[in-house]
Amino acid sequence: MHTQPNGHYILQIAKVLGLAMSSLLLSFLLISNVSASPVDTFQFKDEATKIRFQVLSKELRCPKCQNQNLADSNSKIAVDLRKNLYNLLQEGKSDQEIIDFMVYRYGDFVLYRPQLKKQTYILWFGPLVIFLGFIISLVFVLRKRSKLKASELNLSSAEQANLDDILNKK
Amino acid sequence: MKSIIRFIPLILFILLGVLLYRGLFLNPQSMPSAMIGKPLPEFALPSLTASEQMLGRDDLQGDIVLLNVWATWCIQCKYEHPYLLNIAQDPRIKLYGLNFTDDRNAALQWLKQYKDPYVLSIFDEQGALGLDIGVFGAPETFVIDHTGIIRKRFAGPINDMVWKKEFLPLIEQIETEMAQGAS
Repeated sequence: MHTQPNGHYILQIAKVLGLAMSSLLLSFLLISNVSASPVDTFQFKDEATKIRFQVLSKELRCPKCQNQNLADSNSKIAVDLRKNLYNLLQEGKSDQEIIDFMVYRYGDFVLYRPQLKKQTYILWFGPLVIFLGFIISLVFVLRKRSKLKASELNLSSAEQANLDDILNKK
Repeated sequence: MKSIIRFIPLILFILLGVLLYRGLFLNPQSMPSAMIGKPLPEFALPSLTASEQMLGRDDLQGDIVLLNVWATWCIQCKYEHPYLLNIAQDPRIKLYGLNFTDDRNAALQWLKQYKDPYVLSIFDEQGALGLDIGVFGAPETFVIDHTGIIRKRFAGPINDMVWKKEFLPLIEQIETEMAQGAS
């Protein structure tokens, strides 16, 4: 008899502890997320250029790092390329010119968003083709199934009786 | 027909398995340079040893030019340095240095201490030429042929195995091309 309120207490303590732990974890995650990105002291000529810098440094991949963009990485090459990106922007180069500049030197590897060309058709359209293939085969299967006649099911008399029984119950 | 359809999932599974299995043995660090097949870009940078002397593309004389990107902050460069002294003896090639985003005094000290394998070293303090040929670290070694086209970029230190496997076949190939071009 006494065990029940006890168990209740334990449950409540566990709940409170769990909540505290998860909020602590969440706050750690948020803090580390804020302090992770390296800080440069670039002075931009206007707000639009600053935003373009931020977008491009996120879209461009650091050539040395396996999976970090220029904005995230503190490797030597990423620092140099951020500086270079800044210079190109200050020179008034367009986004496309900057992307072409980087691709000419470092190849398609620097792009997180692959360019649309013959070799990348499968990347861009592959999923769509597979999806359409599934839809088409689904339609075929469903149509075939709806066309099945009762006589083609080859039910034994016992099964037929059972089926009639179920249908008539309604 | 029906029986083939039944095996489609198995076939797909095997194909995917083969694809992923192969992926396990790919080296994600080995990246083809985008500069292969392109001409070495024009540049104007000072010499490392003589700061008032400006160097350009035409100063890299030689039929087969090896351009070695190095810096004193690069630990692997120290590792490959003795071997560079070795291949500098090869009469078929001319070895040039590209001192990449480095300190001039430290670099000069390095060459004094470990000996200088280069015909000359370009002093690229800002990494301008390095950027133009897509350098992403050091050491890197570029092979430029007799027509001024970049034929190869090798990222990482050169040792005997790398030299024999990666460089010698290409050098021999360029030599045959030169012989064919001359005849």
